Amino acid sequence: MLDTLILSRIQFAANISFHILFPTITIALGWLLFYFKVRFDISKHPVWMRAYRFWVKVFALTFALGVVSGITMSFQFGTNWPGFMESIGNIAGPLLAYEILTAFFLEATMLGIMLFGFHKVPRWAHTLATFLVALGTTFSAFWILVLNSWMQTPAGFEMIDGVAHATDWWAIIFNPSFPYRFVHMLLASALTVCFLVAGISAYRLLKGDNKKAPKLTLKTAILTAAILTPVQVLVGDFHGLNTLEHQPQKIAAMEGIWHTEKGAPLVLFAIPDEATQQNRFAIEIPKLASLILTHDKEGELKGLNEFAGEHPPVVPVFYSFRIMVGIGMLMLLMAWWGSYGLLRKKTLSPLQLKILIGMTFSGWVATLAGWYVTEIGRQPYLVYGVLKTRDAVTTVPGEHVALTLTMYLVLYAVLLVAYIKTLFWLANRAVEAEEYDLTRPGLAETRAEPGNDTRTGAAL
Amino acid sequence: MNWLNAENLALIFGGLTALSILLYAILDGYDLGVGITLPMANEPWRDTAIASIGPFWDANETWLVLAVGLLLVAFPAAHSAILHALYLPAALLLLGLILRGVAFDFRAKVKNTRKTRWDYTFKAGSVLATFSQGFMLGIYVMGLEYTAGSIVFASFSGLCVTAAYAMIGNAWLIGKTSGELQLHAIRQCKIAGVLTLSGILAVSAINPLVNVNVLQVWTEPPLAFVFAAIPLLCFAMFVIGYLVLKRLPLPGDAGAWLPFVICNIIFICSFLGLALSFYPYVVPNQLTLYQAASSRESLLIIFWGAVVVIPVIIGYTALAYYAFRGKADGLKYY
Repeated sequence: MLDTLILSRIQFAANISFHILFPTITIALGWLLFYFKVRFDISKHPVWMRAYRFWVKVFALTFALGVVSGITMSFQFGTNWPGFMESIGNIAGPLLAYEILTAFFLEATMLGIMLFGFHKVPRWAHTLATFLVALGTTFSAFWILVLNSWMQTPAGFEMIDGVAHATDWWAIIFNPSFPYRFVHMLLASALTVCFLVAGISAYRLLKGDNKKAPKLTLKTAILTAAILTPVQVLVGDFHGLNTLEHQPQKIAAMEGIWHTEKGAPLVLFAIPDEATQQNRFAIEIPKLASLILTHDKEGELKGLNEFAGEHPPVVPVFYSFRIMVGIGMLMLLMAWWGSYGLLRKKTLSPLQLKILIGMTFSGWVATLAGWYVTEIGRQPYLVYGVLKTRDAVTTVPGEHVALTLTMYLVLYAVLLVAYIKTLFWLANRAVEAEEYDLTRPGLAETRAEPGNDTRTGAAL
Repeated sequence: MNWLNAENLALIFGGLTALSILLYAILDGYDLGVGITLPMANEPWRDTAIASIGPFWDANETWLVLAVGLLLVAFPAAHSAILHALYLPAALLLLGLILRGVAFDFRAKVKNTRKTRWDYTFKAGSVLATFSQGFMLGIYVMGLEYTAGSIVFASFSGLCVTAAYAMIGNAWLIGKTSGELQLHAIRQCKIAGVLTLSGILAVSAINPLVNVNVLQVWTEPPLAFVFAAIPLLCFAMFVIGYLVLKRLPLPGDAGAWLPFVICNIIFICSFLGLALSFYPYVVPNQLTLYQAASSRESLLIIFWGAVVVIPVIIGYTALAYYAFRGKADGLKYY
């Protein structure tokens, strides 16, 4: 039945799934805004400023959602998973403290200057604030991925009476899976933003917006995606090899390998059956899994049978992995097809625009699917080989957890709908706005009286 | 670094956690307070009031993350015990903070017809978050137990904190606004001040009756004579504050920041009063700072980081306040 353990797991999954949506956007969007701002500072061309102005609104909204859902996370450790900090607090504590000290304050404070300070601080200071916000989001990603990677591949510590004590901080920070996971996540953020920007820009173009800014942002997004998607495929491959080395049962679940075998096939699709320990309706490519993972078509891959009672549930890991890879392939296809169109014909067809609109939030789905692979793939452990999830859970009554879980789920559903609607509403409003609108930022764009502001007027 | 032994580190981190909570109460206190008394009848006032906290609220809330984070990393046992007992009110606090945080951004971006809806959300979220904080404080003071008496006391404490935040929020608005809105804030600040004073008096009377240690701290000479300065200063500030509010606004906007400064002193005094009442306990009557502290190695690592980074944070925070000095009337969302 639904007890405190499973309810707490669902609640944590709901909280962190909702939270990660927003940092995934802000990490890369921060850098994109910095790029727009620098291009504007150099060229003084207003199109860069229009791009900046539109996307900084999206950034602000996304950032706010990230902050408030992040506060929830800082409470969850104590409310639902007291065993986590009791057991590995000596490792997790400093990492979380450094995240707050080096990242949260920096990004939150500089965001104020970035959003409200355009006329209050010198231009270079505003550009610097934009840079520091982007840097802050990246620092934040750094520390939290250090902690997450350490939970996957713990290193640099010793256990004394059931409590972890740090022995080597360098080994803790640069634990075996960290470099792969960090780069993989940064690229995931970049691709999420590329397709978000492409989708919203495509929407504006399709709505008849013939200004330069959406064309420019569309081109920037598609060309960047065309370069970064193959890099991501490569990094993902390295990440997989690293996982094979340190967490072979996760790979076995991802690939649906029930029994250790030589020359294992790559399962494109199947319905894994936990009861009979086999894949039904499998579509396979012979020997390809062995070839990819061991670089030898007769290489041996360990199956789930070697990890009885110690391996993750197969079904969610298996499907999540296929969803992530599937979306990745779709992204590659669209990015290259779109780039071809933009470079050869200078424009995209309505069909391409429509597909891009449909893929506006594809990065979210792929990122979540990827996180489900790695997090569910770590089960039954919370800290791999050190602490089991069930040993860390709270003793708060299940009814209380059920109550708060319901509250969070309702709230998140409402906020997600409001967020997506607002994004498209902002896009609609941008379609109607004037091309060279010289209002001071923030005044309703419809009230534009060109030339009433000498400072921006001269600059634009 | 011999003086950095486990005991001193526990004390240092106790101090850092307390400082974060105090800074949070002051900083997020004023922006929550602006939300609590948001004038729903007047849209331009609302725009100005919200613009006055716009550049700051994000960083203000980060002090809560730091406070909870420090409690988590430096005193994990206390973090579990406290949040375990405060599970449901903490969830309501988070609900409030989420609602107001997002309302703040949505109101500026949605269709005009929907703006009022988000303003109500902002106000409701602010009230809910503030009341929950006061409620949690009340339960904490009552030893983290739920009895009919402690729930009544905690609800009362929730109202007191709401009044206190409304007071500091309007004191902030007096400094940040001018004209009609400033007059409105002065009136609100007076009302909230009277309510806060009665709240502080009631809590000061009840707390020593409930907790024997507390009575001892405040009555045992010779330290009691030193500690007596804290309530005296606090009550003097209420008197001075009232006299100041009666005279505002002055020509040239002189003294517009005085109420905010006075509120700061009141917050610091009240906080010191509570902190001294409970020292050395971090979970009242159950767990001391020294028993709950993490290992020395981990605390040292954070200590050196904090020594370097916190001055930098204070530095750029000061810069941000400097950049946005002056009245908020012309401050527009970018």
